Amino acid sequence: MFIALRDLRFARGRFALMGAVVALVALLMVLLTGLATGLADDNVSAIADLPATHLAFSAESGVKFNQSTVTADQWQALRSVPGVADAAPVGNSLFNGHVYADHAQADKARTEVLANGKATSADTAGAPAVDLALFGVEPGSFVAPVQTAGERLAAGSDGVVVSDDLARKKGVKVGDVLVLDRVGLELPVVGITRKANFGHVPVVFAPLQVWQKATFGSTRAVATFVAVRADDAFVPATADQAQRLTTVTRTAAFDGSPGYKEETGTLVMIEGFLYVIAGMLVAAFFTVWTIQRTAEIGLLKALGARTGYVVRDAIGQAAIVLVGATALGLGLGLGLGAAMPGNAPFALKPVPVLGAGALLVVMGLLGSAVSIRRIAKIDPLIALTGGNAGAR
Amino acid sequence: MSLISLAGVGRSFDTVAGRVVALAGVDLEVDAGDLAVLLGPSGSGKTTLLNLIGALDQPTEGRIEVGGRDLTTASRRELFAYRRETVSFVFQTFNLFPGLTALENVRFGADVAGRPDAAEEAHAMLERVGLADRASHFPAQLSGGEQQRVAIARALATGNRVVLADEPTGELDYRTGIGILELLAEQSADGRRAVLIVTHNREIARMADRVVELQGGRVVRDGAPDGGAVPVASLRW
Repeated sequence: MFIALRDLRFARGRFALMGAVVALVALLMVLLTGLATGLADDNVSAIADLPATHLAFSAESGVKFNQSTVTADQWQALRSVPGVADAAPVGNSLFNGHVYADHAQADKARTEVLANGKATSADTAGAPAVDLALFGVEPGSFVAPVQTAGERLAAGSDGVVVSDDLARKKGVKVGDVLVLDRVGLELPVVGITRKANFGHVPVVFAPLQVWQKATFGSTRAVATFVAVRADDAFVPATADQAQRLTTVTRTAAFDGSPGYKEETGTLVMIEGFLYVIAGMLVAAFFTVWTIQRTAEIGLLKALGARTGYVVRDAIGQAAIVLVGATALGLGLGLGLGAAMPGNAPFALKPVPVLGAGALLVVMGLLGSAVSIRRIAKIDPLIALTGGNAGAR
Repeated sequence: MSLISLAGVGRSFDTVAGRVVALAGVDLEVDAGDLAVLLGPSGSGKTTLLNLIGALDQPTEGRIEVGGRDLTTASRRELFAYRRETVSFVFQTFNLFPGLTALENVRFGADVAGRPDAAEEAHAMLERVGLADRASHFPAQLSGGEQQRVAIARALATGNRVVLADEPTGELDYRTGIGILELLAEQSADGRRAVLIVTHNREIARMADRVVELQGGRVVRDGAPDGGAVPVASLRW
C-alpha cells in the first residue's frame, strides 16, 4: 500500500471525484433501500409481525389474501397436526370508514349508512375518513394484538384495537368510534397497538365475529387464513392434503398481499441495475486509472515489485476509495432518511442499509478487478520504453 | 568468476518487415569495481544489451549470468527477485513516481529491495547526493538534475551490486551531467559494485575503465579508452 496511499494523497482531486460518484450511488441506494423497506412495511407489516411460522390459505386461493376463505373445521383440524403448537384463524378485509369522537354522531352516521349507503348529513359526512384493513382475530389467541394504550380485545364486544399509524396520522384515540362505510358497523376504539399495516392502509384488529359480521353480514364460522405456530416436525404438505389447504411460511405469504410482489419486484430490479451500474462505473474508473499508470506499473515491475504486490496495491486503493465513499454516502442517506416526512413510506433498518453498502463495495471491487488482468499483463520493458522495445 | 558474464548473447525481433537482429554473438565479462561504458550510435543495440543484463528482456540466444545466477533459465519469480536484490536502474527520463516525494521515491527502492533500514538508508542516500533539503519535494518540484540525483539515490539505496544507467545525462545540461557522472563514477570505486553506463557520447566514454563499443548489434571494441581513463571533470561536450 506504499504507492496506493501516496497516490491517493497526490491525485486527491481525481479520487475525490470518483469518491463523490460512489458516495452519490451509495446515497441513492440508501434511499431506494429505505423506500423498499418502507413500502414493504406499509404493505405487509401486520403479516410480518404475526407471531406465526406459517400461514395456511384455502387450496383454491393461490395463496392470495383476497381470495382465501378457511373454515372452522380446517383451523381446528390444523391444531392437532403433529408439530403444530397452535393455530388461530385470521379474517382480513379492506374497508373505508369515518371516525367519530361523539357516540351520538356515530349512531346517526350508522343510521344514515344503513339507509343511504353513506353518511349524508352535514355533521356526519365531514368526519375524518379512513381506509383500513380489518383483521378479525380470536381475543386471547396468540395472534391477538398487544395493546400499547387502552384495553385488549374482548370476546363478545365490538371494541377494536387500532394500529398506532391510524392514531398518529388520523388522530384516532381510545374512546372514538369507527363507522364502516357500506355495512354501517359501529366499532368503538378500545385500544392502540404498535404500527401494523396491510395493503398500504393501517390495520384495525377486531374480534373474529365482528370481522365476520362486517364482511358477510352474519357470523359465519370462516376466516381468511390460519396463522400457524409450528416446529420442525410440522410437514405442511400432509396437512394441506388432508384439509385442502395451501400452507406457506410467513414470509412467503407476503407475495399474497395485493401489489406486494410487483412493488418489491420493481424496486429490486432498480436496485439490481444500480449495483451493476456502480460496478461498471468503478471498473471504468480504475481501468482508465490503470491505463494512465501503465508506465508507473512497468517501473514498479522493473524495480522488482511482484505482480501480486502491484495488484494488492491497486485493490487496496480501490477498497479505500469504495469504503470511504460508501460510508459517506450511507451517512448522508441516513441523515436524509431521518429528515423524511413521517407519512412517507420510508423505513431504514440496519441490515438492509449495511447490506446495500457492503454489496456496493463488493460490486466496486469486482469492477476494479477488471483492471487486475491489465496490470498482470503490463511488461516492465514495454512500459518503460513506451511500446518501443526494439533495438536502440 | 566475473560479476556479469555474457556468452554468445543475441537478441532478435520478428517484425512485419522481417527479422531484426538487435544483438548478435556478444561476449562480455564485467567484474565488481568496473566502471564500463557501452558506447554506440542509436540502433547499435546498447540499450537492448542493458535491458538483457537488467532482466527486463530475454535473449533469443546465448547465456547471461549475473552474480552466479543464470538469467536465461531463471523463472519469472527468480527474475523479479533478481531485479529487486541484484540490479538497479538509472533511466534517461528519471522515471520517478510522481506521487511520491524525493525521500519516498528513494525509500521505496530500498523497501522493494528488502532493506530493513530502508528509511534510514533513504535519508543517508539523499544526503549523499546533496538533496537532503529537498526530501519532501515531489519530482515535479525538482529540476532535471535533481530528479536524476534522486533516481541515483534510489538505485544506490537498494545496496544492489549492479548499477545500470541508460543515457543518464541525456536530458541534462553539461554542468548537471558532469555532476551525475561523478556520482556514478564514485559508485564503482569501492570495488563492490559494477556500474554500466550506456551512452552515444564518445567524450563520456573517456571517463570509464573500460569501453565496450557496439555497432550493428555486435561488439566492435572492448578495452580501456584511448589514452586511459580521465577525470570526469575534464570531460567536455
